[in-house]
Amino acid sequence: MSILEVRNFTKSFGDTPVLKGIDFSMEKGETLAIIGSSGSGKTTLLRCLNFLETPDTGKMYVNGDLLFDAEDKSHTSDEAIRKKRLHFGLVFQNFNLFPQYTVLENLCLAPKLLAKERPDFKAHKKEVLAEIEENAKDLLLQVGLSDKMSAYPCQLSGGQQQRVAIARALALSPDILCFDEPTSALDPELTVEVLNVLRSLAKKHLTMVVVTHEMAFASEVADRVLFMDEGVVAFDGKSELAFGADCPCARLRSFLGSIAK
Amino acid sequence: MNFLDITLDLLSGFGISCLLFCLTLLFAIPLGLLFSFCTMSKHRFIKAPAKVFVWIIRGIPLMLFIFVIYYLPGLIGGASVNIFNTIDREITVAMGASQLMWHGRFLAVLIAFVINYACYFSEIFRGGIESISKGQYEAGQVLGLTKSQIFFKVVLKQVVKRIVPSMSNEIITLVKDTALANAIAIPEIIKCAKDMASTQALIWPIFYTAAFYLLFVGGLTLLFGFVEKKLSYFRG
Ligand SMILES: Nc1ncnc2c1ncn2[C@@H]1O[C@H](COP(=O)(O)OP(=O)(O)OP(=O)(O)O)[C@@H](O)[C@H]1O
Ligand SMILES: [Mg+2]
Repeated sequence: MSILEVRNFTKSFGDTPVLKGIDFSMEKGETLAIIGSSGSGKTTLLRCLNFLETPDTGKMYVNGDLLFDAEDKSHTSDEAIRKKRLHFGLVFQNFNLFPQYTVLENLCLAPKLLAKERPDFKAHKKEVLAEIEENAKDLLLQVGLSDKMSAYPCQLSGGQQQRVAIARALALSPDILCFDEPTSALDPELTVEVLNVLRSLAKKHLTMVVVTHEMAFASEVADRVLFMDEGVVAFDGKSELAFGADCPCARLRSFLGSIAK
Repeated sequence: MNFLDITLDLLSGFGISCLLFCLTLLFAIPLGLLFSFCTMSKHRFIKAPAKVFVWIIRGIPLMLFIFVIYYLPGLIGGASVNIFNTIDREITVAMGASQLMWHGRFLAVLIAFVINYACYFSEIFRGGIESISKGQYEAGQVLGLTKSQIFFKVVLKQVVKRIVPSMSNEIITLVKDTALANAIAIPEIIKCAKDMASTQALIWPIFYTAAFYLLFVGGLTLLFGFVEKKLSYFRG
């Protein structure tokens, strides 16, 4: 069973169609790279997965359960959406850390607030909160920032901020973690440290969707590539095939060619 | 009257000024927040009236608005007596005081001040809230926070940091605006000094009142400096 199945997502902004019928599915543990030229709708697709935009038509299944159906307007309350979006995590291009909180607090804020909603929270308050902090520290270790635990975001480099943002998303253990050009706001030398974190996550078989312009990274780390062109999926296949010489999709070949120049 | 008596007399007037100041802040800040949400509402029927209301209140002199509040209930109710004056008379009788009490008129001034300052604050709050990047809200959303959690746990402190300078300006203006209460003869500090001038031919207490304002505003300035410093640990 696929962990994620997207059927016929369409989305227009005003009169401009941005997504024109997107279909794809993902297996658990897979790393999917989404590539495509600027304006092809990559960000919009990620935002739809994370319920930041509502597709005009289409359905989405997670673990076989119908999570979103554009026809069915009965489960669109803020509260219902809030629960559903926890299946996904999103790492933004410009990090969006909370500036007034330390690194550790950034990681713990959402898990602590969510824990408070659990019926057994009052009885095990101490243990639950301690567990959340332990988990957060563990994640900081994974992204190599244990020593920055009590720093504020403004005291970190862009690459460090992005690694914190990744750890913050991981702290909620989403089923699928989405990245929107996680390195495009970074200097080249800082890009490496963030890509290394993504590499290690891929090795651990976290299910990831990565929108990226780093073709070398996509071909190395991604299991599969989705090439978007003007709101449709023009190519969906193994990354060896996508980046190989015998790629069957002419538009993808010319896209890769134009980037290589 | 010696210097000490005059100081004490003015101090009692300044007490009323301070009371007006504190109560105005206490009510105008939450009301201003409510107004700012109304002016940012997605619903036309909330947003448009709120915007017009804020425009009117900010557009007319506070002095005029005090008179409006003071006279309006009588006009609408058709009663020839002013309800605020009625309250004053009843309190005077109830307390057996020799002088007419001022609590009813104080209420009128307080209402005018609260509404007026809520409108000014609402514009400051709106500016602060709208200056927070959309990314902060979206980051909160994707982390499963509720709307109110996003506002109180993520956005609010950043807004406070951004609006401290303009709020401190407005609050210092409020200190000085309390003098307008004397338009309907509330014995705030300047009224006290003016009374001394007319009953005892003493002019200098009028100038002396400046010391009270300056000290109070000085204290506030230190306080705002402290708050700004407290919030300087983060950039955002
Ligand atoms: N909120 C919006 N309102 C109107 N138009 C929008 C909105 N968001 C995106 N668009 C339009 O949708 C199109 C696709 O945008 P999108 O951000 O999804 O592209 P992208 O593939 O992520 O591009 P890039 O590689 O530059 O990030 C663009 O033409 C953009 O102008
Ligand atoms: Mg984009």
